[in-house]
Amino acid sequence: MGIGNIIFILILVTGIALFIKRIREIRANIMLGHDQVINDRKSTRWKTMGRVAMGQSKMVDRPIAGFLHIVVYVGFVLINIEVLEIVIDGIFGTHRVMSCLGGFYDFLIGFIEVLALLVLLACVVFLIRRNILSIKRFHLAEMTKWPKADANIILIAEILLMGALLKMNAADQVLQVHMPETYPPVGSYPVSQALVGIMGSFSVGTVLFFERALWWFHIIGILAFLNYVPYSKHFHIILAFPNTWYSNLEPKGKFDNMASVKKEVELMMDSSADPYATPPAGEEPAHGTFGAKDVTDLSWKNLLDAYTCTECGRCSSVCPANITGKKLSPRKIMMDTRDRAEELGAYKKANGKDSHDGSSLIHTYITEEEIWACTSCNACVDACPVLIDPLDIIIDLRRNLIMEESKSPESITSMFNNIENNGAPWAFSAADRDKWITES
Amino acid sequence: MDNRVMSMHVKDMASLAAEGKKPEVLFWIGCAGSFDDRAKKITRAFAKLLNEAGVDYAILGKEESCTGDPAKRAGNEFLFQMQAFSNIQVMNAYGVDRIVTTCPHCFNTLKNEYPELGGNYQVMHHTQFLNELMDTGRLKVEGGAFKGKKITYHDPCYLGRGNDVYEAPRELIKKLDAELVEMKRCRAKGLCCGAGGAQMFKEAEPGAKEINIERTEEAIETNASIVAAGCPFCNTMMTDGMKHAEKEGSIRVMDLAELIAEAKDL
Repeated sequence: MGIGNIIFILILVTGIALFIKRIREIRANIMLGHDQVINDRKSTRWKTMGRVAMGQSKMVDRPIAGFLHIVVYVGFVLINIEVLEIVIDGIFGTHRVMSCLGGFYDFLIGFIEVLALLVLLACVVFLIRRNILSIKRFHLAEMTKWPKADANIILIAEILLMGALLKMNAADQVLQVHMPETYPPVGSYPVSQALVGIMGSFSVGTVLFFERALWWFHIIGILAFLNYVPYSKHFHIILAFPNTWYSNLEPKGKFDNMASVKKEVELMMDSSADPYATPPAGEEPAHGTFGAKDVTDLSWKNLLDAYTCTECGRCSSVCPANITGKKLSPRKIMMDTRDRAEELGAYKKANGKDSHDGSSLIHTYITEEEIWACTSCNACVDACPVLIDPLDIIIDLRRNLIMEESKSPESITSMFNNIENNGAPWAFSAADRDKWITES
Repeated sequence: MDNRVMSMHVKDMASLAAEGKKPEVLFWIGCAGSFDDRAKKITRAFAKLLNEAGVDYAILGKEESCTGDPAKRAGNEFLFQMQAFSNIQVMNAYGVDRIVTTCPHCFNTLKNEYPELGGNYQVMHHTQFLNELMDTGRLKVEGGAFKGKKITYHDPCYLGRGNDVYEAPRELIKKLDAELVEMKRCRAKGLCCGAGGAQMFKEAEPGAKEINIERTEEAIETNASIVAAGCPFCNTMMTDGMKHAEKEGSIRVMDLAELIAEAKDL
């Protein structure tokens, strides 16, 4: 084992260790949310994940972006076969270890080259879509400097990585001619053969240097990418899978009935109940807060949603409030929730589990104006390619405003009063309910 | 009550129970259908169709109360559950097992949110019920007045996306021999009318445009002469939108029950 292999192993182990550390941090942040048991209908859940995450079924609702995304997705998954080869070569000092597959290896490398080119082209188109074409959802208010930069960094990184792969293969082909004992003539290179001419104009020593440099660039680049991803919106490449598995299987119109409220209503309505009775052993005491003021009042699934969001903005582009110029943007709700979970998670890590920074999701991050603009139409939920539910968070924030802060637009308060007093949201007498029969 | 009613015969659950009877189905009117002048016409149209088909139905009358839907969507879970609790008590006392309603909001709440609170009923939207009546031959309709006319259908969020009911209303339009023309945003991609989530009861937040106007413009683009709706709130929003566009003379916003009642000259 040479010094190169030792350095490689050190870099690899460090890269993976840093990645795991960050994953743990995100897991802890997601667990800031309260518990919610989701483990029913397992076969439906696997099917949903297979269809939506693996099968990309919702992506193709928008054919152009959907097709390009599938190219990048398939490319990403399959090019990992070559990454695996690089890792094995790096550890054991072999070269193109998988070439023992013979004819299939030729096919594999050829196929990966075609994918690499397609991924590269798709990323170029994505960059054009984001930066040159004026597609509205890429330029909404929440798309500030960082979210825009994040998207571009990912695309440029992918272009560089794919470029390195192809150039490395071109160098390999030149070396296969000059140094067949170290670079045995294996693989087929339908794309990079076009670069052989340029590569061949350099001296063998230079080409050898290029090949090694590109090889290292590619693997270090991939490890850097791996560690960038969990700090980026790009983390959806992993979380899309659990998020679709845990997604809501109920009809979208159905909102949960708050168990804490149910207990209190039963006490209120049941004259024989003892309001001072202690809950039976083993039963949880009532939930601390009604609705959500902060991320700790949301469920872990809401926070998983937030970390899964890749800020594509399909939700906001179909939101009736956003379309008509209101401040509400479902994507911003998800971004704010994630950013707040990050902030509070970091604070708690530094100051202890039970500490709190005094800030909150509502008011500090999300304004009342935003959440009152929602029509609860579920268009955002339907549009999300990874089954995120912004509406669930919006309703939980409303619940907190109403049931904890007693804060609502004046007309909403009148609507509540009317329902309480007349059993209708308007000020009509219950005695007139059947008047429609006699009117024509 | 019956002696007051000349033109329409509508029984209520209480008087049926007094006779020891229970109807085939409860017609849940909803607050809009009970109090809103425009929506009352939809209620009457549907009741006429039920009478025509000889459906054994009844209403709760003065005993009906808001399902709690707008309270729940606005975040007042207490008020919602109080409403649900008392409505369920009333319905369970009458042994209600089947409900039909002309309001998708009531439909969604009764169907999806009441079961956990003790109210288990088979709940149908009136467009589903009307299809059933026609498919079983209890209600017959010929295209007549609507034959060949262009009708566009606006999907109410709580019927469409909320509960995946897209076909029943469209079936009805086909049964009228009318030409169904779709808006650009339809079915699962349908645009909200702007009333849901308790928006009906408040002013919209500041913005560039009202949602109902955005939606009405889309309906106008189809060149349909009728906008069919399946929700009293959507109906109000689209009607207002047509007035805003000064199209109320040329494009009618009608509930599906009204269209069928009109085709049958009821």
